[in-house]
Amino acid sequence: MTVLEQPGSYRPIPPPAWRPRTDPAPLLPDAEPYRVLGTEAAGGLDAGLLLRLYGHLVRGRRYNGQATALTRQGRLAVYPSSAGQEACEVAAALALQEQDWLFPSYRDTLAAVARGLDPVQALTLLRGDWHTGYDPHEHRIAPLCTPLATQLPHAVGLAHAARLKGDDVVALAMVGDGGTSEGDFHEALNFAAVWRAPVVFLVQNNGFAISVPLAKQTAAPSLAHKAVGYGMPGRLVDGNDVAAVHEVLTDAVRHAREGGGPTLVEAVTYRMDAHTNADDATRYRSDAEVDTWRGHDPIALLEQELTERKLLDPSVVAAEREAAERMAADLRDRMNQDPPLDPMDLFTHVYAQQTAQLREQADMLRAELEAAAEADPATREGAQR
Amino acid sequence: MTTAAVRAGIRPASMAQALNRALRDAMAEDPSVHVLGEDVGALGGVFRVTDGLVKEFGEDRCTDTPLAEAGILGTAVGMAMYGLRPVVEMQFDAFAYPSFEQLISHVARMRNRTRGAMPMPLTIRVPYGGGIGGVEHHSDSSEAYYMATPGLHVVTPATVADAYGLLREAIASDDPVVFLEPKRLYWSKAEWDPETPEAVPGIGRAAVRRRGTSATLITYGPSLPVCMEAAEAAAAEGWDLEVVDLRSLVPFDEETVCASVRRTGRAVIVHESTGFGGPGGEIAARITERCFHHLEAPVLRVAGFDIPYPPPMLERHHLPGVDRVLDAVARLQWEAES
Repeated sequence: MTVLEQPGSYRPIPPPAWRPRTDPAPLLPDAEPYRVLGTEAAGGLDAGLLLRLYGHLVRGRRYNGQATALTRQGRLAVYPSSAGQEACEVAAALALQEQDWLFPSYRDTLAAVARGLDPVQALTLLRGDWHTGYDPHEHRIAPLCTPLATQLPHAVGLAHAARLKGDDVVALAMVGDGGTSEGDFHEALNFAAVWRAPVVFLVQNNGFAISVPLAKQTAAPSLAHKAVGYGMPGRLVDGNDVAAVHEVLTDAVRHAREGGGPTLVEAVTYRMDAHTNADDATRYRSDAEVDTWRGHDPIALLEQELTERKLLDPSVVAAEREAAERMAADLRDRMNQDPPLDPMDLFTHVYAQQTAQLREQADMLRAELEAAAEADPATREGAQR
Repeated sequence: MTTAAVRAGIRPASMAQALNRALRDAMAEDPSVHVLGEDVGALGGVFRVTDGLVKEFGEDRCTDTPLAEAGILGTAVGMAMYGLRPVVEMQFDAFAYPSFEQLISHVARMRNRTRGAMPMPLTIRVPYGGGIGGVEHHSDSSEAYYMATPGLHVVTPATVADAYGLLREAIASDDPVVFLEPKRLYWSKAEWDPETPEAVPGIGRAAVRRRGTSATLITYGPSLPVCMEAAEAAAAEGWDLEVVDLRSLVPFDEETVCASVRRTGRAVIVHESTGFGGPGGEIAARITERCFHHLEAPVLRVAGFDIPYPPPMLERHHLPGVDRVLDAVARLQWEAES
């Protein structure tokens, strides 16, 4: 006779009834990316907003072109272009209020520029005269983040800290489809949901992590579906439909601001250029695929809508293009000047107070610079300090 | 306990209690100080260093986080960006490793990256070292990893008074401090008056714990008691050893170390960390570069073996003990003197 068969010896107690802690259904993204342009919903859109978005897109496209050209001219060390993704970049910047914070990745200089940052300062990292070319507090833009997804927990911590202080601040963090595989993506979303932090996570699914397509990145139904596992809503949106991205992000920012917690937004878009100028996209994708996406261009989509609504006066187009050219010319002129460099800066900000070791090393470099300047006054780089 | 101490109402306190008091006092004085980590709330931390903080300051100031070290440190970075002073607890040395990307790529560089616009005034408390009978992943000496990362301060107390003083300094620092707490000294006790705690002379200053003339033992954290005991034993052999407690590995107090070695002419560096690539190599190199003409013998190291940390039943063979320190002292070429 087994133990279980012995009369009265052991009676298993049924476990407490189990049910999900929350209903997952409202968190699920739509089956199709949300679209506004070309749908009935577009009719209700504010003309002023559409024209504002249009101006940003035109300037943004020109900015990407100019930055790419500066790379070819050797003025930038590298440029990860957001050409084709301008709708996401612009909408992210415009969905935020003045007091909010933006957490960009290295591909998101356009979002920073659209938020008001000087393009030269935005490109400092990529020119290579310093790492961050701006004071993050000035426009509330965190340093451009190169290690993937690591800026996401920063956004969560900052938003959480602001809420602890009673401040009305939302953080919007940007990441790519490849970044969603990183552990920090997971940890950031988990912390944000547990803390109900006022954060919006914007994933720009541009199809590739350098050369690796999304199918090799994830087996999830969509990246937006990942939200459900953290207990936050996931939204799927057409990343080339600027009106849709703007609406979805604005809703998510409002939801966060009102105490509703974080949202994960997946914007489906396409990286029209290679990963950077150093990449060769023809090795891993076909021209035909790129052409398909060219037919779904964010600027063309908006122009079509504006034309149908008779909002796109030729003078508007001309004015926006002219503004974009002025911006590009100004950027070109300023980037064609050599940035001031002071090698002694290498030691200035490592610590609040320089250590004895760094003082010694700074003295060594200063002596080297002075000796070089004495030998050849033309190389008097930073030796004056 | 001395009579004077009894009169003043001073009781023996453990290092864990002194650390707890430092956190409490810092939180009481500065509302921007926030403690976060695993089990730091109701449990008070696995070593009870955060005991009672959640009761006194609430969950917003002392927060049990999800179990994810990169997330803990990453969110602490964001909190520091917004002007808070987070104090992060890593539960054990080896459990801090998932947070290394945040530490190395962000915590250590943020001030430099932003030309000083975005300092990182955060403290990362890491219980470290062996000798507590811990199973795998609970006894690492991880200080060399931190030392190799510019932008971090690396501090470790060896006494109850320093535990309080250095932790207060770490929390007050505008730079990130990796605060290494020697696990096996958590329960070491000393007469210490929490009402009038002794100040430490800032981060980056070593302390001469024993004056001597024959040779200098250079050590820190868990190996200080070993060196003090070795110095007492050496006295019987006729060696009068000086013992320097570094207290801070970064910044490194070269002045105190070199002044001592120039006086004694001999040096042994003692630590639990592996010898190869460990802190002792850097210290020995600096002594040799700067005190060469004062040296009577090569600088020696007594370190942990270059092996993964042993299982608890074998750790006593790995850890530098008094005998190993005395053996090293005996090898300092004394015969050349006679």
